[in-house]
Amino acid sequence: MQVSMTINGEVVSDDVEPRTLLVHFIRESASLTGTNIGCDSSSCGACTVHLAGEAVKSCTMLAVQADGLEVTTIEGLADGDVLHPMQQAFHECHALQCGYCTPGMVMAAVSLLDEVPNPTEAEVREGLEGNLCRCTGYHNIVAAVLQASGSGKGES
Amino acid sequence: MPSILGTRVLRREDRGFLTSGAIYTADIEDSRLDGAVHATYVRSTMAHAGIEVDVSEAVTMPGVVAVFKASDLDGPKAIPGPVPVFPESMLNWPLLAGDRVRFVGEAVAVVLSEHPSQGEDAAEAVLVDYDPLPAVVDPEMALANEVLVHEDVGTNISVDFTDLGMATGYSDDDFFSDCEVVVSGRVAQPRTAAAPLEVRSAACAWEDGRVILWISNQAPHMTRGALTSLYGEQVAAGIRVLVGDVGGGFGAKIAPYPEEALLPWISSRLGRPVRWFESRTENMSAMGPGRGHIHRYTLGGTRDGDLTHYRLDVLVDGGAYARIGAFLPMFTLPMTVGVYDIPNVETTARSVVTNTAPLEAYRGAGRPEATLTIERAVDVFAAEIGIDPVEVRRRNYLPADVFPVTTSVGTEYDTGDYEASLDLALGAAGLDALRAEQRRRRDSGSPKQLGIGVATYVEMTAGPAPGGDEFGRVEITAEGKARVFSGSLSHGQSHRTTFSMIVADQLGISPDDVELIQGDTDLVEHGSGTMASKSTQLGGSAIHDAAGIVVSEARRLAADLLEAGVDDVVLDADTGRFHVVGSPAVDLSWADVAAAADEGALVAESKERRGCTYPFGTHLAVVEVDIETGQVRLDRLVSCDDAGVIINPMIVEGQRHGGIAQGVAQALFEEVSYDADGNPLTTNFADYGIVSMAELPSFELVPLETPTPCNPLGAKGIGESGAIGSTPAVQNAVADALSYMGVTHIDIPLTPQKVWAAIDSATS
Repeated sequence: MQVSMTINGEVVSDDVEPRTLLVHFIRESASLTGTNIGCDSSSCGACTVHLAGEAVKSCTMLAVQADGLEVTTIEGLADGDVLHPMQQAFHECHALQCGYCTPGMVMAAVSLLDEVPNPTEAEVREGLEGNLCRCTGYHNIVAAVLQASGSGKGES
Repeated sequence: MPSILGTRVLRREDRGFLTSGAIYTADIEDSRLDGAVHATYVRSTMAHAGIEVDVSEAVTMPGVVAVFKASDLDGPKAIPGPVPVFPESMLNWPLLAGDRVRFVGEAVAVVLSEHPSQGEDAAEAVLVDYDPLPAVVDPEMALANEVLVHEDVGTNISVDFTDLGMATGYSDDDFFSDCEVVVSGRVAQPRTAAAPLEVRSAACAWEDGRVILWISNQAPHMTRGALTSLYGEQVAAGIRVLVGDVGGGFGAKIAPYPEEALLPWISSRLGRPVRWFESRTENMSAMGPGRGHIHRYTLGGTRDGDLTHYRLDVLVDGGAYARIGAFLPMFTLPMTVGVYDIPNVETTARSVVTNTAPLEAYRGAGRPEATLTIERAVDVFAAEIGIDPVEVRRRNYLPADVFPVTTSVGTEYDTGDYEASLDLALGAAGLDALRAEQRRRRDSGSPKQLGIGVATYVEMTAGPAPGGDEFGRVEITAEGKARVFSGSLSHGQSHRTTFSMIVADQLGISPDDVELIQGDTDLVEHGSGTMASKSTQLGGSAIHDAAGIVVSEARRLAADLLEAGVDDVVLDADTGRFHVVGSPAVDLSWADVAAAADEGALVAESKERRGCTYPFGTHLAVVEVDIETGQVRLDRLVSCDDAGVIINPMIVEGQRHGGIAQGVAQALFEEVSYDADGNPLTTNFADYGIVSMAELPSFELVPLETPTPCNPLGAKGIGESGAIGSTPAVQNAVADALSYMGVTHIDIPLTPQKVWAAIDSATS
């Protein structure tokens, strides 16, 4: 079936099987491989993207459910060469090691600050519980999100 | 200008990871992979059975190119584990199971399809007729040999380390007869999943008679070696292993797996490139976990707290085939006594096969197992004699003035100051205030009891094993920049940053002008890979030495150009320019020197072979135990870890954080489990208690540097320390919280159910 959506400002259309997941559409039809697949139980959040401005795990929905909507992936977050404040904070706080969880973690964190602009550490830990990282022990991820919130930046 | 070494240089790796994502194996675009088929493995759903495989329906499914089973294989049929001491049938893991499956998840057939989803559909249409056999899952039951995993061997014991001379064996029943106090116990250390966020993935193509294998892997040269011996003359032109970005390994991506080793045959047979990646469910059932030890200890000493006699018995659940995990007592036994001066020690160790996934290495790989048992035993001993476990530790540490020291099990520790690490950790934690709060809660009968646990560890990095050396090469480009080749393989450890700092420091250039080449067995001639916390101490030292040779050669060339004696030419470490002593106005850049050099002149190689090092530290955990529900919450984790000289504190702290989280997770949440029939119960992140950030506090790190004389950098390993100290600290803390009830030991993971049961049993 024909599915069309706007990903990072560009219209992407493709003829896909009805069962195609949004994450597969992003990776295969749009050839954007920054969005990773880490599990098959919607547990890890590596595939988190923004759909109509809100964070979603793109493995939990069908591509067709995103038909006609706006999607932002990690590739669409920076402003040209200028990193988004969350990306910058992840860099400055050493909040990534192997990098596999990073795109989803950053997208989820940006969305968290949209909802809770000045979170406590506990609110960050609760808010990003659905994004798993195996390298950092989360310590520096939490630090990065708190630092980014200090600069008052959500995506919107 | 001070040296760049020891400073918090931000990572050079980050930008791509943060903007477009890294290029993991499944992301690779390469013309050699154009038109690749996708491999989907069909996996056994029974732990132990005779099988017959029928692919006749599957081959007719849409998009299916071929379906192969074991009888189709006319090339390699099995991949041997990396340590050839095991009986042949235990050592050789079939690429596809033939007439017998030995664990749930074992591959029995492979579907090749145009698209992965077609492969998934067709895999379900492969009919496997199972003739069930009894399964043995529990390693202690495996010792009884009532069910044999490999009948031809006649026993489930795959290796006995006493027979190999690596364990002492036990002398006689009088061993503890001089001891005033003897405690003993059983310490279960269940299997824990490495669970890298990126699952296993590989791709393969043939080019001019050569195999090109892209793979998510920690040790490309060892993988090349394993495949070369597997395929032999069939790939006379050689094998090129390419490793791009890797989404975590933690020990589970060292040796290649059957699913990966079969790809060259598939690609050859079909005349097409092939890609493979697994699902998380496949990963959790077929990529080996780590730990999987059951220890029995006896610890004896005096009533005033001197530890004098220790026995350790190690039983390893090696799984269905003997991989590296089955041999990791090689790292447990040398660390038996940990940080203590215990003069009389005896050990035994065995591995058994069971109908479970073959055991691999996992962060710490044998050393955390030794630490957990001795650190538990010391606390149990302290409880028995009624002395603070901190004081028992202090009384029995190997003192700082005896290093280097050979322990009672014959291991030579390089440097250490265990009491310093204890004092620093206790000071940072504020032990007195914590004990006061603990007393207050006990006196008030609070349902939320506080526990304080301490563990002091010593571990062995770059342990003596195959691949115990590392290769480095440094060359200067025509532009005067440095190109570094390393046999080490960063999969999150930040080599690009750390190694460029080491070279920049030597050459006086910017780290941004240092290019790192890794993960290509053609471009990097030798290598052993990243494991055993050895990348900086071996890989970094090799690069350090190679850079030093390049500087010497460059000074000789500069002397010619400057018409001066070589001893009068200096390299200004701040500017990276050469000049004659006292005449800095006339100078030469690296590019000037490179222009005058013959091709190949400014190139040097080094192979770092020097010995392993023994980093150490003390971890202190503060837990709150809800005695009504058994729920444990980690409130604080204070760690003082020594890693010798530190190149980049930011990166070292990151390694410690990650290790601590995994060690805490092992103590509180994570366990790979099976039912009695061998059905895995933890095949995804919903069932497996993988730790999230909501379950952890931020960690409190205390620095400590005791340089090692074992390498030119003075660096020790740090990648695994966090996972070694934190598990016993947390386990000791929970026992401490409940000690007033008479609880002395609860096995990990300390789930609410287990903790509640221990409380219930102690109070009823």
